[in-house]
Amino acid sequence: MPRPDLVNEPGAPTGGGRDPGLAAVEAGLDALDAPAPASQGRRGWRRTLSAALPPLLALVAFVAVWQALWASALWPEYKLPAPLAVWNVVWEAFREGEALGILWTSVHRAVIGFLVAVVVATPFGLLVARVRPVRSAIGPLVTGLQSLPSVAWVPAAVLWFGLNDAAIYFVVLLGAVPSITNGLVAGIEQIPPILPRVGAALGANRWESARHILLPAALPGYLAGLKQGWAFSWRSLMAAELIAVSPQLGLGLGAFLQHGQALSDMTQVIAAILLILLVGIGVELLAFRPVERRVLRARGLVGVL
Amino acid sequence: MTATLEIAPPQSPASVAVRLTDVHKSFGHGPQAVTALEGVDLRVGLGEFVCLLGASGCGKTTLLNLVAGLDEPSAGDVVTHTARPAVMFQEAALLPWLTAARNVELPLRLAGVRRDRRRAKASELLELVRLREVGDKRPHELSGGMRQRVALARALASTLGAADEDAPGLLLMDEPFAALDAITRDVLQAELLRIWRATGTAVLFVTHDVREAVRLGQRVVLLSSRPGRVVQEWPVDGLRGAEELAAVEEINARLREVISTHAAA
Ligand SMILES: Nc1ncnc2c1ncn2[C@@H]1O[C@H](COP(=O)(O)OP(=O)(O)OP(=O)(O)O)[C@@H](O)[C@H]1O
Ligand SMILES: [Mg+2]
Repeated sequence: MPRPDLVNEPGAPTGGGRDPGLAAVEAGLDALDAPAPASQGRRGWRRTLSAALPPLLALVAFVAVWQALWASALWPEYKLPAPLAVWNVVWEAFREGEALGILWTSVHRAVIGFLVAVVVATPFGLLVARVRPVRSAIGPLVTGLQSLPSVAWVPAAVLWFGLNDAAIYFVVLLGAVPSITNGLVAGIEQIPPILPRVGAALGANRWESARHILLPAALPGYLAGLKQGWAFSWRSLMAAELIAVSPQLGLGLGAFLQHGQALSDMTQVIAAILLILLVGIGVELLAFRPVERRVLRARGLVGVL
Repeated sequence: MTATLEIAPPQSPASVAVRLTDVHKSFGHGPQAVTALEGVDLRVGLGEFVCLLGASGCGKTTLLNLVAGLDEPSAGDVVTHTARPAVMFQEAALLPWLTAARNVELPLRLAGVRRDRRRAKASELLELVRLREVGDKRPHELSGGMRQRVALARALASTLGAADEDAPGLLLMDEPFAALDAITRDVLQAELLRIWRATGTAVLFVTHDVREAVRLGQRVVLLSSRPGRVVQEWPVDGLRGAEELAAVEEINARLREVISTHAAA
């Protein structure tokens, strides 16, 4: 189909040398192509402030409502303690060094469990995503496992392994592995089909394609899976610690919570819940959020984060 | 002067880069199957520049994928006598998590080239497409034309990566310049011709722009649509001025004819 000749016919590209007119055009194109300098964002502290302010306000409002409800004395003290009373329990626990021990017991378990889950789930996810028979055989099972509350595994784990760390790690793994696997599978499924082709065209074998194309391309989905896997590790751990209480297991946050219930000490129960929440939010904000943000930024996928 | 080539001139097998013999390709099964190619015969000589022309959806990309070895033909033979072909896809298809320079380096890395060598080579290639300054930018920070040029540099790197066996090169390009503004396209066409002359690699270049095909190619091959077949070939090597215009007119007329038979069917 003939095109309108809006542009002058360029010099016929014969010979090896370039003609000066073309060189000038190229230079002009270069100047146009030069990326504009990135505009400076808002100043650092102001950004931090505007990011931190809304959640802080929400927290203040929450405590204020709590305080008001407590002051109205609708419920007896043992059901709804004052915010200050809970704060004192937490503060005492930290001052006596007990809190650090409790946090350490739980957090290090969750982290170890999570890391093992990552090591198990990553090759597993690759297998499910890339090998069709494996996928049709156990793909639905993995998705199903994700919806099974991991607390359901605690009785079985205790019967199989006894009241020890193995039982706890078993529950954590069963909580986290399906999430991470599913995240990786979803991440791989959403890879634009052109990218594996690019890999093949550039001469990547199966392993190199996984290493250089599939895994990096699936990284956003994989990260989402990791984040969810961490959340599941953490809640599975709490479920396990809450139910499987024994001196051999040490005092973790779940056991701390369970003791609160046994002693009918509502302040301790609420303190434990707040600490569990705090760890969850802390890990999300300090570990996952920055990594996710960096990964998405690097690909030009600046979402709402 | 623009005589139709009824039969390809006899060639010794040693001078053939690609040969397709009665190639069929259909997608899907049963009644929903789409026949993209039916009985395609095509030959590209070593070092030859062939332009593949056809309406949208006629199977050009499919054919290129077969030659690249990314798909298997449903029937027929695809034989290449070259190193692993370098492919430039219809979209730039850069890896979004790698910088421009790393994208260019990737084929060299896969070929096992040492790091300092491939760094040097990649910056040489980026220089060639005049993008040395933006080597550390990510694809989303580049304009569409710049991305296309990075893809060109990467395709060239992949010929280098595969070239250590001393086999002749083959460059497959799928409408590489279709999304570019006219001036950038002219510049890159000139660049491509320069590279082709310098390296002696065979090129199979897909386009739906007749003028581009005549300007670049030594031979223009016209595919019909649904199913894709080779309708006609024109030798267009070294045509200038009036001859070139006449060839464009003739091929355009034939292309229109092919498309209108479609409307009638
Ligand atoms: N994976 C696929 N599954 C089903 N049909 C396909 C597939 N790939 C291509 N086709 C069909 O094959 C035909 C040829 O497609 P192809 O992409 O090769 O066309 P093309 O000549 O490259 O078109 P364009 O110029 O628009 O890029 C089209 O009718 C298309 O719908
Ligand atoms: Mg196409």
